[in-house]
Amino acid sequence: MLENYFPVLMFILVGLGFGLVPVILGRLVAPNRPGSEKLSPYECGFEAFEDARMKFDVRYYLIAILFILFDLEIAFLFPWATVFQEFIAAGQVAWFVFGSVMVFIAVLVIGYVVEWKNGALDWE
Amino acid sequence: MEALLEPVSQFFGPAWPVVWTLAKIVAIIAPLMLGVAYLTLAERKVIGYMQVRIGPNRVGPKGLLQPIADGMKLLFKEIIVPSGASKGLFILGPILAIAPSLAAWSVVPFNEGMVLANVNAGLLLLLAITSMEVYGVIIAGWASNSKYPFLGSMRAAAQMVSYEVAMGFALICVLLISSSLNLSDIVHSQGQGRFHEMGLSFLSWNWLPLLPMFIVFLISGIAETNRAPFDVVEGESEVVAGHMVEYSGMAFALFFLAEYANMFLVSVMTAVLFMGGWLSPIGAIPDGFHWLALKTAFFLFVFLWVRATFPRFRYDHIMRLGWKVFIPITLVWVIVVAVWMMSPLSIWK
Repeated sequence: MLENYFPVLMFILVGLGFGLVPVILGRLVAPNRPGSEKLSPYECGFEAFEDARMKFDVRYYLIAILFILFDLEIAFLFPWATVFQEFIAAGQVAWFVFGSVMVFIAVLVIGYVVEWKNGALDWE
Repeated sequence: MEALLEPVSQFFGPAWPVVWTLAKIVAIIAPLMLGVAYLTLAERKVIGYMQVRIGPNRVGPKGLLQPIADGMKLLFKEIIVPSGASKGLFILGPILAIAPSLAAWSVVPFNEGMVLANVNAGLLLLLAITSMEVYGVIIAGWASNSKYPFLGSMRAAAQMVSYEVAMGFALICVLLISSSLNLSDIVHSQGQGRFHEMGLSFLSWNWLPLLPMFIVFLISGIAETNRAPFDVVEGESEVVAGHMVEYSGMAFALFFLAEYANMFLVSVMTAVLFMGGWLSPIGAIPDGFHWLALKTAFFLFVFLWVRATFPRFRYDHIMRLGWKVFIPITLVWVIVVAVWMMSPLSIWK
């Protein structure tokens, strides 16, 4: 069971290695002649005005938070979707399962509508 | 094959499973990287011909050695690490971009029984690994400590997570009708039904009953990979190259490879989830890996075709499409599919 996932772990490690090797290779074979002009942040040729880690729009945070909600919802729907067909085969109980999931989705939809009305999804 | 490998496996002893898995991983990555290299050439050629140009034709016969020349050039270019950058994270960024786009291939079934890790939560794993891609972009943008990368990575992160939601709901529809997270089972579940018995297998694949989800998934896939017309992330007229501005040499090449590997991944995912994977379109023709390759190639062509056809979306339009169009459509369609399955009209008995 769990050993089925061993190739996945190995693939992740190989993937990381695949990323690391070209960088090391590039460091070895490519020239490395740093200079203060060359190492300055790119700003279309100007001197950098201020720190780049500046204030940014709060909507990015909002999108991130909304994403977490929706993605959690999807994660919760996954098990339901996997077994739903078995419930249908079992008969009447399917409607109960369907109804409970609809309640679950309805809660999310209410939140979604509120977000929409409050303009959290607007980018002007 | 077994007899041939026997002496080799004895030579490695207890380390054999590791070596054998490693060999399989190389057997996946090597053709994939070759494909990625030639996808860059194909892109330039296809878009060239669509714009009535010829495209690259100088390096090698008909320009066929162009990707190799590009790779060589990037290898011998200096990797510049800006003085203000967070050094460790700056190097980590491209590595985190490429690792998930490769690791996701561990669960992709290429043919009957031909899959590296036949895990029973393949789809969930795919969703989880592809979600990791956003970290490479964010870390790269933050670590660069430069304005364009910062803005670009903000945009990229918001865009990628937005379309992931729509993608997730589309996956739930696929999951409902195939009732398995195993990707091979999902392919098998598409090879049954009325049309399959009539010999017209391609009509029993998921794309037809889930047509809206198929379209949403494909468009979300293009947006997820930050490809045109959703490439505001690297919109050269606005933020130059987004999170990649400060990268050069092989560090840049990794981002480039990751982007194209992701295109491959989205294409193969669409082929497996909606177009019947390795199944042949007509019942009389045998199934096989070549069908998956053909379908993947078609979706890759769609990627290039779309890029050559559509102008770039404005950022607010992208976010509106994701949050105000795709999410309602997909949510409704999840319910529609669930009701359809319970009704007497269900085609998935």
